[in-house]
Amino acid sequence: MTPRRIFLLVAAVMAGISVPAEAATIQITMENLVFSPAEASAKVGDTIEWINKDIFAHTATARNGDWDVTMPPQKTVTLVLKKAGSIDYYCRFHPNMKATLTVAP
Amino acid sequence: MFLRMSAAIAAVGLLGSAALAQGAKPTDPQIAHIAYTAGVIDIAAAKQAISKASNKDVKAFAEDMVRDHEAVNKQALDLVKKLKVTPEDNDTIKAMSTQATEKLAELAKLKGAEYDKAYVANEVAYHKAVNGALETQLIPSASNAELKSLLQTGLKIFQGHQQHAEHVAAGLK
Repeated sequence: MTPRRIFLLVAAVMAGISVPAEAATIQITMENLVFSPAEASAKVGDTIEWINKDIFAHTATARNGDWDVTMPPQKTVTLVLKKAGSIDYYCRFHPNMKATLTVAP
Repeated sequence: MFLRMSAAIAAVGLLGSAALAQGAKPTDPQIAHIAYTAGVIDIAAAKQAISKASNKDVKAFAEDMVRDHEAVNKQALDLVKKLKVTPEDNDTIKAMSTQATEKLAELAKLKGAEYDKAYVANEVAYHKAVNGALETQLIPSASNAELKSLLQTGLKIFQGHQQHAEHVAAGLK
């Protein structure tokens, strides 16, 4: 492999790395048994930071089965979005907690 | 069976009616004690369910009840200490405790799917009754802002439990 080729390869890898760097982190908070914001938008590759401020455990459970995240009391859990779609989710422990996350491709 | 269940629910209904019958609003120490007792009763029922239930959803529900009600009651105790109030016993609490003990004994006699159904049905009814009491009597009567706010959180969480219990009950049919 010539130095030029190696350079190109490194450049390609760096370019590849810069794609995830564009991915955003979106925070969704659970406080007093409410998901906030109730309607959030993200893109595939983005990370959702689920911040549970309550003294209760909660889940963020996608109704379509895409994901099911459990947050212990006063803990933060992250989830990387892999699939697009408009996803209604709820807390399995407290089904009156409901929200929507729209994931763009 | 239905008569007994309605008796247990009527006891929770007393939360509202007993106070009304006395013609006075319950005081903050009474409210705190009623709310705390309601939690203790549900924890006792849940602990019985954890050892007796055969359905895994019912068992998981019972574990959720222990976790949430213990968390609420810990906050209630912290608040009672902070406010330096002594929880007051009264006839409502005595009636609640007596009915709850009877209900536990009645459930203890059941087994398997029959037990699971009876436990979950009672949880639906019990949370409904407690939520009614919170909404119509306890929250409006509470004068301390922190107590009121804790009761409001309690109401949201118990409404969640009621929906969760209804969901589990539907799955048992």
